[in-house]
Amino acid sequence: MSWTPADPMVSINNVHKSFGELKVLNGVSLDVMKGDVICIIGPSGSGKSTLIRCVNALNDIQQGSILVEGQEVNDAKLDKLELRKKVGMVFQQYNLFPHKTALQNVMMAPIRVLKQDKASAEAKARALLKKVRLEGKEDAYPGELSGGQQQRVAIARSLAMQPDVMLFDEVTAALDPETVGEVLQTIKDLAEEGMTCILVTHEMGFAREVADHIYFTDRGVIVEHGPPDTFFQNAQDPRTQEFLSQIL
Amino acid sequence: MNKKTDMPVMLSKPIEAPYTPSALSYWHILPIIAAMMIIPSLAFSAAGDEQLSPLAVLKNWIPLLLEGFVFNLVISVCAMAVGTAAGTALGLGQISPNSLMRSGSWFVTQFFRNAPWLVLLFFAMFLLPFEFSIAGLTIPMPDWFKAIIGLSLPVMANVSEIVRGAIRSLPSGQWEAAESLAYTRRQTLWLVILPQCVKRMLPPWMNLYAILTMATVLASIVGVSEVMTLTGRALSAEGGRPDLLAPFYGFVLLLFFAYCYPIARYTLRLEKKFAVIN
Ligand SMILES: Nc1ncnc2c1ncn2[C@@H]1O[C@H](COP(=O)(O)OP(=O)(O)O)[C@@H](O)[C@H]1O
Ligand SMILES: [Mg+2]
Repeated sequence: MSWTPADPMVSINNVHKSFGELKVLNGVSLDVMKGDVICIIGPSGSGKSTLIRCVNALNDIQQGSILVEGQEVNDAKLDKLELRKKVGMVFQQYNLFPHKTALQNVMMAPIRVLKQDKASAEAKARALLKKVRLEGKEDAYPGELSGGQQQRVAIARSLAMQPDVMLFDEVTAALDPETVGEVLQTIKDLAEEGMTCILVTHEMGFAREVADHIYFTDRGVIVEHGPPDTFFQNAQDPRTQEFLSQIL
Repeated sequence: MNKKTDMPVMLSKPIEAPYTPSALSYWHILPIIAAMMIIPSLAFSAAGDEQLSPLAVLKNWIPLLLEGFVFNLVISVCAMAVGTAAGTALGLGQISPNSLMRSGSWFVTQFFRNAPWLVLLFFAMFLLPFEFSIAGLTIPMPDWFKAIIGLSLPVMANVSEIVRGAIRSLPSGQWEAAESLAYTRRQTLWLVILPQCVKRMLPPWMNLYAILTMATVLASIVGVSEVMTLTGRALSAEGGRPDLLAPFYGFVLLLFFAYCYPIARYTLRLEKKFAVIN
């Protein structure tokens, strides 16, 4: 019964979630295999953020099951900290710690949470900042960086925890158009290295290019899904067609 | 910043009155109070009596009065320290995930915030024992110590609100980012949330300190030998001369003004600076 890499990395089964009276997820199921990149698209308010926030237990669910490497997330006895060490998350608003430099933002969690020694955590953090093309910005505070730079620091910060899965929640939605590209490139590099990624995005060109599978959500259900080519050229459901016609 | 307080002096933002610092500068006020003290003595010298002039009398008493004032400052610093430590704990209690803890802390905070300071001082004076024993050791509890405890209670309650307000004013994204990096709640608070709160808490905290310093004279009512008590004693030792009242109390006012006004000005500067940053 134990999890093997041949099983889905993340397995979401019939998940229901409401905020009080408001039903936000109404039976969502999807599987993500190791190394897969999936994109979740859909109108605003359809529950995309809520869904991926359930994967690292920022939100709890009322019904259904979410397995991350075989570990049940919908479990009162869940060790959230262990789960979150495996699942990285990047937010729309970056959420960098403004009182820490870029380097400190990246190396803080490995030191404090993973108890790595300072020197090796710092070396890894510098390497990660280099990888996201921010060499030379180590000592800058978030307030001194552009949106795109901040978001790349946030990606590096998440990667420093060596997660098995990365969640991206509309990470380019708050950016100036000219800095969107650099962030998407960073994610693309990650995807090519084989990182398992769950992305919520409105960047259709990007989704088409990097995703292995696309999911379209509306009002808390998955309306339609498929590989990018089929999905974009051959959408069946009228809701998908309408959404795509508006956004493309 | 949030304004989660009903005490206007505790608002973290300055009230947007047309504030003109030049209208009343520090070095303007000093001569005004000095004049208050000098005029009676001029009147006196016109009378031409055998007694010492009021200013000469005051000069003799100044060392003692200063000593008393230093005692006020000691009380204010100690009450602030105790109140800040207890208030921080209480403020954190107000945002605890445990609902019992939360409502308990909320109640204590509200109770002491809405009590007159003088009543709390009496409360501490007369309910605390004059000595207490730990492990067979009997330690006396002097009046000034009780005064510190009594004054630290309202400070604690106000600091609790300042802490809670500052934490609430941070965007929830900071909590979420820390949580998603597998920080424990304690780590989130001490490494991410509170360091960012310090800056927001500083202006209201300094405001509170200035208010507390002025409130230390309340301790004279319960017999602590601080500056007001000593002034009263000095005046009666001089035979209750009415022409001494203005110079003596003027001098006390001057002491408090010289100490509190710079704090108020600096607080305002900080508020403006942080308002620009945010
Ligand atoms: N913490 C919350 N409390 C109450 N309602 C929420 C909360 N978070 C999200 N919602 C509601 O849930 C719905 C789905 O939100 P969300 O998952 O953010 O959608 P999306 O990311 O697809 O735009 C929205 O109607 C939103 O108002
Ligand atoms: Mg969203």
